[in-house]
Amino acid sequence: MNNKFKYSLVFAAVTLASGCSSLGVEPWERDLLAKEQMALTSAPIDAALDDHIYFSKEASSGGKSFGGGGCGCN
Amino acid sequence: MKNEKHNKNLKAALTLATTALFSTAQAGAVPLPSDTPTEDTWSFDSAFLYYSEAERVSAAEAIFNAKKNYSDDSTLNLKLTVDVLTGASANGAVAQPNVQTFTRPSGKGDYNVKAGDTPLDDTFKDTRVQLNGQWSQVLAQNYTGSVGAHISKEYDYLSLGVNGNLAYDFNKKNSTISFGLSHFQDTFSPEGGIPKPFASMPLSYGQYDDNGNNSTKNIHDATRMSSDDNKTTSDIMVGFTQVINRRMVTQFNYSHSVVDGYLTDPFKVLSLVDSRGITQDYLYENRPDKRTKQSVFAQSKYHFDETILDVSYRYMWDDWKVESHTLDSRIYIPLGDGSYLEPHLRFYQQTAAEFYQPFLMQSDVFPEFASADYRIGEMTAYTVGLKYGMKLDGGNDLSFRFEYYRQNSESAGHKAPGALASLALYESVDAIIVQVSYSF
Repeated sequence: MNNKFKYSLVFAAVTLASGCSSLGVEPWERDLLAKEQMALTSAPIDAALDDHIYFSKEASSGGKSFGGGGCGCN
Repeated sequence: MKNEKHNKNLKAALTLATTALFSTAQAGAVPLPSDTPTEDTWSFDSAFLYYSEAERVSAAEAIFNAKKNYSDDSTLNLKLTVDVLTGASANGAVAQPNVQTFTRPSGKGDYNVKAGDTPLDDTFKDTRVQLNGQWSQVLAQNYTGSVGAHISKEYDYLSLGVNGNLAYDFNKKNSTISFGLSHFQDTFSPEGGIPKPFASMPLSYGQYDDNGNNSTKNIHDATRMSSDDNKTTSDIMVGFTQVINRRMVTQFNYSHSVVDGYLTDPFKVLSLVDSRGITQDYLYENRPDKRTKQSVFAQSKYHFDETILDVSYRYMWDDWKVESHTLDSRIYIPLGDGSYLEPHLRFYQQTAAEFYQPFLMQSDVFPEFASADYRIGEMTAYTVGLKYGMKLDGGNDLSFRFEYYRQNSESAGHKAPGALASLALYESVDAIIVQVSYSF
């Protein structure tokens, strides 16, 4: 049972990895992806301000970008 | 029309100023006349944010960011951040059925807290200036490198940092693998010095003891071990970005972070209570001097016909036994004419660090580490926000953001004896965030 689970996991990983090469678009299909709102960090200033707030008010930081030190915020 | 001209003039003046600033590094460089056509372009972003907690901390933060895009796709990013913090912050002690008196961190005075109130130290006042520089360029076909530096200075805190990142594009630039390193070196020199772990909070200077003797600064100084201390933060991040189709892009990150050094908050205490729940003493907190954090992060953006959905999730865990889940989502809704609305929802949940406890019991075995800082206690939090943005004449962007943030502290299963049973030990914090941004 355990082995079966392991094999399906490996199968899933291989399918996912090989699937990546068939994923994606041709260069001329990037009209929507090229929009600035489609950037993964489309508002870097907002992101920096939010990171600073949550870094100083919660026990977690980083993930999307470096968590870092940077302030003795209370 | 007049506005447009004014904006162009402002941008031209800033471009000239920044160009002049950087050309000083090149010996003998002749500044170009401002009307010389060039493919290199500057863009500027500015923002002002106001953060305010009900009856607690307020912060005002201003950011100015200048970005230069070179014709060869290299970019230089320079960012100046200034923030001012004032107000009151929970000092870690528990509420009591009587008035409580605490010594200020400097040792030069004291403050009273009303019966039944969560003790807040209202001494917080700090101004911080931060500078960031980041250079990014194509190193070879499909390879992009980036290096950056950070300096941040407060009255009692100095932080220096460097980072580097390498990204490799493949599969027709539909897939990207990235690898990044970051290192921070921080020095903390708190007002009044660094307290010894679990030292009793001393009386403020100038107080008289039972025999009428004037207690001196020496008594205060005996509770201190040094005037400053350091910590380092080293991060490794591995990322994978994948374009799924014409409408969708995803990102996965794994981060490993080691924080080493002084991780205790020198301003925080714990109440030492007896079996009746009555405070007998206030002891300075003590945290381990190392913390290893890991996180996985996934984000996806999907472009519907008009709107764009942005959803991300982070799972973080560390060797302090803090585990957290963060779910963040935004929907970009265009309204025409370049204006848009963007609702924002964020949900956060964390477990308590293993050494977190809301107070110390006299009857218990004394722990090696303890902190009553609610920020490392059990907590859920959420943020609800709305952003409105518009395109001005000349293509400049103006936006307004309003958010509400709420933290609900929860009991991690500690029993509240006697008087503490009827007092609020886990208070909620409400905050509003208002931001105005302007890009040109």
